Amino acid sequence: MAKSVLTVGLVALGLVWALAQTAQADDMKRYVVAGSQAAKLESCVEPTELMRRQHMEFIKHQRIATVHEGIRIEKYSLSGCVDCHISYNAEQIPQPINQADQFCGACHAFAAVNLNCFDCHAAVPNGTPLNAAAMAAHDAAGVAAQVQSSRDGKGH
Amino acid sequence: MEKVIDMKDENDAINPQRRAFLGVAAGVTAAVTVAPGVLLHTVDAAPRAEPVTSDVRWGLLIDTAKCVDGCSACVDACHHENGLNLQTMPAEQAVKKWETQKPAWVRKVKLQDNQTGRMTTLPLMCQHCDDPPCVDVCPTGASFKRADGIVMVDRHLCIGCRYCMMACPYKARSFIHSDVHGQLTSVPRGKGCVESCNLCVQRRDFGQESTACVDACAAEGHHAIVFGDLKDPDSTICKLLNEMPSRQLREDLVLNTGVRYSGV
Ligand code: SF4
Ligand code: SF4
Repeated sequence: MAKSVLTVGLVALGLVWALAQTAQADDMKRYVVAGSQAAKLESCVEPTELMRRQHMEFIKHQRIATVHEGIRIEKYSLSGCVDCHISYNAEQIPQPINQADQFCGACHAFAAVNLNCFDCHAAVPNGTPLNAAAMAAHDAAGVAAQVQSSRDGKGH
Repeated sequence: MEKVIDMKDENDAINPQRRAFLGVAAGVTAAVTVAPGVLLHTVDAAPRAEPVTSDVRWGLLIDTAKCVDGCSACVDACHHENGLNLQTMPAEQAVKKWETQKPAWVRKVKLQDNQTGRMTTLPLMCQHCDDPPCVDVCPTGASFKRADGIVMVDRHLCIGCRYCMMACPYKARSFIHSDVHGQLTSVPRGKGCVESCNLCVQRRDFGQESTACVDACAAEGHHAIVFGDLKDPDSTICKLLNEMPSRQLREDLVLNTGVRYSGV
């Protein structure tokens, strides 16, 4: 008797967990920037299942090509992850992607895997900072938000 | 200079056809102008798709006669380009310690001839040695020389032992002692790794023409630094090297540096 109660309990718990996961997965879908490359695609640069399990392998190989050989058009790109999956708050300020409620951070928190990429890599799209005069000119032209992501952002 | 060291690797002679092809392949560079004098950003036709080759060797020529005492335009531009200005002195650190340890990829150095009293001022950065001692000593393979002559650190591999800092005769490298925030997308950098001038590698791979220091020096009207391909006889830098006397710093070490100085 006690055993079957335990079993039922466990199954129920499992169902709740699975539901929570589905909800979380749905939640994650919003972390695709409108107008980005990702928004136009059925899945990421590889099928979703593969991305979930292998993304770290993909970028690990890519980094050798980029750092040692200078190749910047690799299919896999960490700055590419950031460009497509960053989310913005109401003030249009990009939220660091490794934050616990963001695309990379949420999954890594759930899987309990340390996320060290962003100790060095930019966690928001971030081009060379402009000087004050240039920034004012961009503001006036209404394109200040775009210049945040430059150079690397398009090389993926 | 007692010894003439050939800057070209005799084994890979330049293939003019290939060069011409690469010139075309590099494509056109378009720029978007927002307001007069303000560039939105340069849109390059082609980020690098092929591995770098030893068909080129990047280098700098610094004319110390044109370098102005008290000017630090190149240093500031380097900080801005590579996000070195993102770091501030940690609250608990002594000012003197910060001054000697903060990241510096290029420093202004003053030389004095003790006999004549003649003063020379020059920017000193990684000399991009052909035979780099930093690479020789690195236990992990993190310090490496790219095929195009750029010496840099693969931060994924660096364990922060700082052996390379000891080995470098030019004091060209620095170590990041504390957490970094707000890094630039094009220049990832963080605590625990050694770093140094990489001849604006992010610009190289996107087909831009010069480095941040060269642009800044020219903008000040000094034109003391010239960047270019040491293997291309038609490049400005090669022509200048042909015309004017120049030397390597500490040429006695026979490192065949990619950065050359005139007037010292
Ligand atoms: S100048 Fe120093 S850091 Fe640069 S290549 Fe030579 S030894 Fe290495
Ligand atoms: S500090 Fe890093 S790059 Fe320098 S020798 Fe050690 S592992 Fe190599």
